[in-house]
Amino acid sequence: MRLEGVRREFRSGKRVVVALDGVTAEAPRGAVTGLIGPDGAGKTTLMRLVAGLLRPGGGGIEVLGLDVARDPLAVQQRLGYMPQRFGLYEDLSVRENLDLYADLQGLPPDERPARYATLLHMTGLAPFTARRAGRLSGGMKQKLGLACTLLRPPELLLLDEPTVGVDPVSRRELWQIIDDLTRNGRMTVLFSTAYLDEAGRCDSVWLIHEGRLLGAGPPAGFTAEMQGRSFFARAACNRRRLQAELAGLAGVIDTVIEGGRVRVVTATPAPPETAALAASLPRFSLAPAPPRFEDAFVARLRPEAPPAATAPVARAAAAEPAAAAEVISVSHLTRRFGTFTAVDDVSFAVARGEIFGLLGANGAGKSTTFRMLCGLLPPSSGRLRVAGFDLRHAAAPARARIGYMAQKFSLYGDLSVRQNLRFFSAAYGLANARQRERIDWATAEFGLQFALDATAGQLPLGFKQRLALACALMHEPDILFLDEPTSGVDPLARRDFWRRINDLAEAKVTVLVTTHFMEEAEYCDRLVIMAQGRVLSSGTPEAIKAVAKSPALPDPTMEDAFIATVLAAAPGEAA
Amino acid sequence: MWRQILALIVKELLMVLRDAKSRAVLIGPPLIQLVVFGYAASFDLNHVPIAVLNHDRSAASRALVAHFEGAPAFTLVATPANALRIDPLIDSRTVEMALVIDRRFSRDLLTHRPARVQLIVDGRNSNTALLALGYANSIISDFSLSWAAAHGGGAPPAVLVTRALYNPTLDSHWFFIPGIVALLTQVVTLLVVALSVAREREMGTFDQLLVTPMRPFEILLGKGLPGVLVGCFEATVIIAAAVWWFGVPLRGSLLTLYAGLVLFTVAVTGIGLMISALSLTQQQALLGAFLFMVPSIILSGFATPIANMPDWVQTLTLVNPMRFFLVIVRGVFLEGADFSSLASQYWPMALIGLVSLAAAAVLFRHRTG
Repeated sequence: MRLEGVRREFRSGKRVVVALDGVTAEAPRGAVTGLIGPDGAGKTTLMRLVAGLLRPGGGGIEVLGLDVARDPLAVQQRLGYMPQRFGLYEDLSVRENLDLYADLQGLPPDERPARYATLLHMTGLAPFTARRAGRLSGGMKQKLGLACTLLRPPELLLLDEPTVGVDPVSRRELWQIIDDLTRNGRMTVLFSTAYLDEAGRCDSVWLIHEGRLLGAGPPAGFTAEMQGRSFFARAACNRRRLQAELAGLAGVIDTVIEGGRVRVVTATPAPPETAALAASLPRFSLAPAPPRFEDAFVARLRPEAPPAATAPVARAAAAEPAAAAEVISVSHLTRRFGTFTAVDDVSFAVARGEIFGLLGANGAGKSTTFRMLCGLLPPSSGRLRVAGFDLRHAAAPARARIGYMAQKFSLYGDLSVRQNLRFFSAAYGLANARQRERIDWATAEFGLQFALDATAGQLPLGFKQRLALACALMHEPDILFLDEPTSGVDPLARRDFWRRINDLAEAKVTVLVTTHFMEEAEYCDRLVIMAQGRVLSSGTPEAIKAVAKSPALPDPTMEDAFIATVLAAAPGEAA
Repeated sequence: MWRQILALIVKELLMVLRDAKSRAVLIGPPLIQLVVFGYAASFDLNHVPIAVLNHDRSAASRALVAHFEGAPAFTLVATPANALRIDPLIDSRTVEMALVIDRRFSRDLLTHRPARVQLIVDGRNSNTALLALGYANSIISDFSLSWAAAHGGGAPPAVLVTRALYNPTLDSHWFFIPGIVALLTQVVTLLVVALSVAREREMGTFDQLLVTPMRPFEILLGKGLPGVLVGCFEATVIIAAAVWWFGVPLRGSLLTLYAGLVLFTVAVTGIGLMISALSLTQQQALLGAFLFMVPSIILSGFATPIANMPDWVQTLTLVNPMRFFLVIVRGVFLEGADFSSLASQYWPMALIGLVSLAAAAVLFRHRTG
């Protein structure tokens, strides 16, 4: 597959959006090429162009030796495309879905039994052929979608974000399937993902961002250029303070909290000058770390050290009693929908000023728990208290103490940024001078000056997310609820976002966050891992990761820990 | 509290105004419907195709045929040669009515005996048939009167002189167009309200609203009042068009009319909020709105009088706010009715409004968990 200066624009109202801007790349035959980039980078557009479903605005695409623009049908005969939301019929059984797609793809009936057997064995769906597709877990649905796409083995397989939101166990299994496909066949796979940590599994990577190719080549090449530029720093002090100190050093382009330590990336292959820090912080240490793909991505996006961090989110740390007070407490919380138990006997407590995470795949019960905490859904049984209230029955003023940021952008897309700020501040009862002051604060703090009159729905994803956080913070809440806050945004926007959240936590705001991003869990002070409605483990990221520690795996990732935890809880039944 | 509700109302109106699509939906279709319905909805028959079979072929019979040809209600499209040809003409809907003039028509007339003509009508559309018969009857009685006057026949024993009050020419537009005020106001208000909550649910912004310190009751008000405002604005445009474009007389006071209008939009808003409390998606809300709208129009007296309906259906119409508002809007337009004569129409709408708003509030609480 070869791409030559591919360009594609979309018209949205009066604006022209450039989705792809001159992408030139090549994918080797019989290998897995990862198309990696955050949401809105142009991954899906590129997929659809390769599949001949869209016409390029410029440039040429050659697939399997054919020109896609000239002969899309011939290309489509030889490729399989699994879109982000594969069109499974939820009311049909696994078997009926397979039959339907076999009919659609014209697979001869006598070839079906053998093909079904292979695919069902490969995807592990054999025991579930009679189950309705709608009742499968997220990971099983993706595997069924993949099986339907593979009914007639294609020469080129296009997979658009098959692993997003899927639990890590299923994710690993999906990768296993893909590895098998390319190893013993001549199949070429183009695999798109927003998870940067999946780069290592690909034979070759196209890294795209905002429609431009940032780099292409084997993943090892990306990490190789980061050799000697990644370090782990530790100190016996608050890790958020450590991160802030490190971020201020010359030559440091990136700092990320990873559990109890801070990953530091430098602009040049030399450790940062930390003598001053070592003197001021107790037991400071700095050790070289193996570079990650994400480090390379950030280094490409931000070759220079960022400007010194702005002042922390201004919020007078009110003189309150000691911090250990429990702000959120949940005990034996259960929620059933009909016969389905979405949340099953969940208990945890969150202290004041803590960042607390609910980590789990889609469908693990995180969002249901979250909605119950916000008072949007009544629990079937159990007790919950937020700031001493049950928000469902508490008087409205109790709700004024919480801020809420929903998973998908849920501000008024038709209104301008200013109108959104004005509305949400008024909804929280701010008026006159106070309201003006807070709107000015939000505008300045979140860098929205130039976008005030822009229609909110047309902002780039990172801006939308900043606006959503600004709206949630207008009334200076004590408790902040964040549902999948950085899902799909690029790593820089995510760092920016977490810097603000960390500042808030320092100002004694309690933060409850749900996420399916393993790495996001690293930012939490404490977290619980949820699967199938139950809490499987809880504790600090370090403690949770310690579960998976073994001689073979001295430094497990959060994903390793998650898989170990899930497998330990349900032996033999891979979610 | 009021400041928050006001913020919500401003936001709702801004959303309607900023979105080119909803702006168009609010202004375009109602105006088009007004013009189309204003001209199309009418009981008055025009150019009904008829056939004439004249067996008599005398001056008198030709004069009667000329009366029919001259009437704007009828157009002569066929003159079959014999009675056998009439049925196929009616079967194929070429004509709605056939006039058969007897062979002895002029002879009977001249000998002062009752002369016979036969009218054959297509009864498949009973409404048109009745109206056509009525027109034909009055043409024939006009003919008889003028014949008697010219040929010195005995004057008929009694002469009917009719005078229509309020609508002297019995122009059915005067009856329909005020009804359209009610009809379109209901459509627009119901859609604006029913869709506004469902749209927020779909976009996920409704949760965002629910976690603010606003009480469900305040959210309800903030969602409902824009519907009342939009409905009243829409009604104003249509009333203006009715008066200045269609020339329907507005005899009563605007105050009487608008008191009814506000109560009506409140009642419709309450029903719209109930629908949106029950729907999770815009599609469900739209279906719900139509599920209510179609029966409410048929059972309102918009086209067919409520008095003609069976008793149990008449009882059913008592929960339909449009039924009451139609009386008010027609009364104010044509009769110049005042408050006291319409009092029995105001309070049922107020009651429907109260009950539906309360029900919507309960449903919201229930639905949001």
